[in-house]
Amino acid sequence: MTLSLFRYSKFAAALIIAGGALMGGVAHAQDLQGAGSTFVNPIMTHWTADYRKSGGATINYQAVGSGAGINDLINKTVDFAGSDAPMNAVQLKNAGAPTLHFPDVIGAVPVVYNVEGIPPGINFTGDVVANIFLGRITKWNDPAITSLNPGKNFPDAAIFVVHRSDGSGTTGIFTDYLSRVSPEWKNIVGEGTSVRWPAGLGGKGSSGVALLMRSHANSIGYVELSYAIENSIYYAKIRNSAGKFIYPEPATAAAEADGIKVPDDFRVFFTNSSAKGGYPISGFSWLIIYKNSSKTGDLKNFLKWVLTDGQNSATALNYAPIPKSIREKELAVVNALK
Amino acid sequence: MSLSSPSLPNKTGSGGFSPVTAVKKSSLRDRTFSRTLDKVYIGILFAASLTILAIVFGLLLQLAYSSRDTIHVFGFNFFTKDEWNPNTDVYAARPFIMATLYSSLIALLISVPISLGTAIFLSELCPKWLRTPLSFLVELLAAVPSVVYGLWAIFIMIPFVVKYIETPISTASMKIPVLHVGPHAHIELLHRRIFLGDLPIFDKAANGTDMLAAGLILAIMITPYITAVSRDILRAIPRSVREGSYALGSTKWEAIKLVVLPFARAGITGGVILGLGRALGETMAVTMVCGNGMGPFKWDLFNQCSTMASVIANDLGDASGLHISALIEIGLVLFLVTMIVNAGARLLIFFTAKDIQGGGK
Repeated sequence: MTLSLFRYSKFAAALIIAGGALMGGVAHAQDLQGAGSTFVNPIMTHWTADYRKSGGATINYQAVGSGAGINDLINKTVDFAGSDAPMNAVQLKNAGAPTLHFPDVIGAVPVVYNVEGIPPGINFTGDVVANIFLGRITKWNDPAITSLNPGKNFPDAAIFVVHRSDGSGTTGIFTDYLSRVSPEWKNIVGEGTSVRWPAGLGGKGSSGVALLMRSHANSIGYVELSYAIENSIYYAKIRNSAGKFIYPEPATAAAEADGIKVPDDFRVFFTNSSAKGGYPISGFSWLIIYKNSSKTGDLKNFLKWVLTDGQNSATALNYAPIPKSIREKELAVVNALK
Repeated sequence: MSLSSPSLPNKTGSGGFSPVTAVKKSSLRDRTFSRTLDKVYIGILFAASLTILAIVFGLLLQLAYSSRDTIHVFGFNFFTKDEWNPNTDVYAARPFIMATLYSSLIALLISVPISLGTAIFLSELCPKWLRTPLSFLVELLAAVPSVVYGLWAIFIMIPFVVKYIETPISTASMKIPVLHVGPHAHIELLHRRIFLGDLPIFDKAANGTDMLAAGLILAIMITPYITAVSRDILRAIPRSVREGSYALGSTKWEAIKLVVLPFARAGITGGVILGLGRALGETMAVTMVCGNGMGPFKWDLFNQCSTMASVIANDLGDASGLHISALIEIGLVLFLVTMIVNAGARLLIFFTAKDIQGGGK
């Protein structure tokens, strides 16, 4: 009895292997590995699911932070990186081979806060935010804050600043904005994906910051818009360069990109731009790939899908689609990939 | 000379295997072969143990080699300065080294009395029906993953500590009389309010995610280790020692304090050092509750800090170039400190275990 079972299972195993070999013979899309920004993770999750449903490759994306994603791309452990800060000179040099940046969405970085009794949508200006994050403004009822928000009852409580503890493109966009509006910030801290924060607690990932915000009263921080909405954290209106206080949402994030000059390699920050109705702390999120790789074909198909069908799901998830003119330029570059 | 012993059962004995018989039965050629096999076996085991040594030294050498850049650039300043700036590529790890030592110190201060108390209770005073379940529960604490400790700390421990410990401390105040020279040169007695929160160790506004939380969660995590070792040491002390003390008329507490504890002192110290070793290296739970502050080191319990392990965990993904070298140098420091602490504990326990076993003259 046992002997015939054994023979039967050997036969079954042989069948399975043969079948697998047959299936393997049919060409199908390879799996793509991606890693990087937590900023773009909510929409990336949707894209990978939708892309597979529409017949594309299986994509595996890990939200480890923009900096870690770029490092993974350079070490060739992933096929593409998601990042909200373009590669800097050092990273470009370490990459060794030419890389391409493709903006896939525009996102807003709201300044979030959790203060009892204060409704959503209070007003901040750029230098007030900079001074809070520099540790210069330490209490919620500081005149700098109350003068911008008459009629609101700010408590006499200390402000708990929350920032990112890991390398983050969201930090890149936020510090780029602060460097533009506050010369003091630019001198003391500067911009980058990892900076020396003068004050506050660090959370790991945008989700870590959101967690700390929810569990600490009187806190202030910055996350990507979808995290703020998902976690029901209030966020503020920021005064843009035209003097208007703008609430962060997909329309105003997209408006911020109006009229900006985009270079050929698409690497540009446009915080605090001259757009009249734009939310000043907005930025691109990029998909970064090597120009030549073994998976160029699959990457090309995915990028084309993201820049066409994928853009339709942006607004529902609180991102803004890439403006048409920029998208057309990107598609030209994608189509030229071999 | 015959190898067989007449008293031992040989071929016909019931269940009659004996080494003597086996040796006698095998031929000379077989015996040489099995001796060679023995030598090979010992050789393999020796090689396996050498592998472990090789891994440890290889790790040490690799860490030192990979951090040569920062050692070359910063030298000793790495341990004495306060700056950690990935943007300007200036690295000095003093805040992290001090924070690691400080949080471990807090953990020891809280944990050792509790662990010792539990160990004494378990070995001396505990009713028999409670002993096993309680020991089991204490050892179960050691099995909880550190991420779970971190989650529990964020959602339960920190709000509790903020509400019942940190806020009362920050707002506690006292009116003290102060002699004041008034504007017309007359002396008046004024009352001034001083706050506990003005003290340097309670300086910052309390929000729970700080050095104190790191120390507390570490204390909870190392308690099972210290308790287990201490309890075993205390149980190993012979009854005669205690009974001699009772015979001289001591109370239970006097027996414990004056006789049992001094006897066990070295072993308990070894256990404490083992717990310290764990506290120094704990990463996940600490990084979730310590606040990840990057500023200079402060003795302030409510200050956000970063320990060596949490800095490595947070920064490594994003790091490149000199930054990675600096992180690896921190790893090297952590490795050396933990190795020294653990080696010290082992040596201490080794040298004092003999005293316990040979005790009770």
